[in-house]
Amino acid sequence: MSDHIVKAYDEDLAQLKTMLAQMGGLVEQQLDDAIDALYRRDTALADLVIQNDEKVDTLEHQVEEKAILTIAKRQPVARDLREIMVAIRVASDLERIGDLAKNTAKRTHAMSDQLPRKLMAGVTRMGRMAQAELKGILDAYARSDAAMALEVWRSDEDLDALYNSIFRELLTYMMEDPRNISLCTHLLFGAKNMERIGDHATNIAENIHYLVHGKPLAEGRPKKDVTSSLRIEGFNPSDE
Amino acid sequence: MNAAVPYQTVVTPASPRIMAERPMKITARGVDVYYGDKHAINQLSIDIPDRAVSAFIGPSGCGKSTFLRAINRMNDTIPSCRVTGDIVIDGEDIYDSKLDVVQLRARVGMVFQKPNPFPKAIYENVAYGPRIHGMAKNKAELDVIVEQSLRKAGLWEEVKDRLAHPGTGLSGGQQQRLCIARAIAVNPEVILMDEPCSALDPIATAKIEELIDELRQNYCIVIVTHSMQQAARVSQLTAFFHLGTLVEYGDTDEMFTAPQEKRTQDYITGRFG
Repeated sequence: MSDHIVKAYDEDLAQLKTMLAQMGGLVEQQLDDAIDALYRRDTALADLVIQNDEKVDTLEHQVEEKAILTIAKRQPVARDLREIMVAIRVASDLERIGDLAKNTAKRTHAMSDQLPRKLMAGVTRMGRMAQAELKGILDAYARSDAAMALEVWRSDEDLDALYNSIFRELLTYMMEDPRNISLCTHLLFGAKNMERIGDHATNIAENIHYLVHGKPLAEGRPKKDVTSSLRIEGFNPSDE
Repeated sequence: MNAAVPYQTVVTPASPRIMAERPMKITARGVDVYYGDKHAINQLSIDIPDRAVSAFIGPSGCGKSTFLRAINRMNDTIPSCRVTGDIVIDGEDIYDSKLDVVQLRARVGMVFQKPNPFPKAIYENVAYGPRIHGMAKNKAELDVIVEQSLRKAGLWEEVKDRLAHPGTGLSGGQQQRLCIARAIAVNPEVILMDEPCSALDPIATAKIEELIDELRQNYCIVIVTHSMQQAARVSQLTAFFHLGTLVEYGDTDEMFTAPQEKRTQDYITGRFG
């Protein structure tokens, strides 16, 4: 896109994009650390994630302030306006992803060493998928690439599918031995966090589409997370 | 609306809806305007609906004022100016040689950039048009027309006690509203406004914009403006002119959020080089 006649306007928009890139980088790091901390039960690393979440929040506020100031000063229209509105929304999704990473890190403290590794594997696999989605969507945003964003948006289906199978798996463990319930619940929340991160990535994808094309994404996203309506077969509390 | 003549202009997706909701007032097809050798407007076609504000935007020299002036044949006063093509208001070709131009200009009123009241009393400024067009049988009828016109222009309360004072003694914003009252007094169907707020302060501008919004209930309004924000605020349809052609025309809401054409986008976002 060619430059504005007023150069300071370009600088305002460029600065906003830089702040978003910074925020994206930080959130990626947070998620990476949170998954590592959970997998290795590294409580020190988990604490670091919890501590760093404040930086993400601060960045979000800075993005908001910059966006509001730019709107007030420049009265943006058309793509410039979309650019700024999308920046605010993306910052808000990134902040939520940061929160979910922090929540995942917190659960590290509740994990004991007795937890079978294979139980952990599913959740960390989800984590890696969520990470890949986040990375993909940040790249698409940095390049304002709607086609790439759509690819990420579609790929979220796989994360949902994995979440469904992990949900069932964890339920099975809980039914096998009630002593697993506490740990499995934490893992279940961890998995849910990753699934939510995928959803925020798809929000960002929809915003990139709006940014580029000026209209909302028409297709309905194939929603494959069926756990909210899943019945637990063969488990009846009154049996106990 | 003559569907057989295709648009060469990009039209935003929502504009057919806006058009369908309102009767069409002005239809132009294949209009060219020349000033001597200079080709000021090139094959312009547009449909302007009634009871709506259509804003013409574009850089200086793009032809938007020229086209506006073609709608009430103001260009006739410029000897070197030549207009070809069809401009039709309510099915009537306004360049028909049998058409009475004075009558046309009563139907199609105009408000200019700089307020230009006659150097006469406020009352006389408004009464002049109805009087020469024989619209009032006596003084009492004329009084009614003057009051109604000043009321519609939102000026009555401010001037009712000094109708005999000269119009030129009013503030800029009041003078502009007086000019609008003068245009309304002859009961026009179309009001053309050529940058009506460019000489006014923000408060006076806001009052005119409020007035435009009220007037659109009863009139077809076409406004040329250099203020993109003003076009966004007051109009339902926006037409973007560039180098004598109509580049994009459509729903104002869409033009300012997601224009179809790159040239429109570059202009309204302040990128035009």
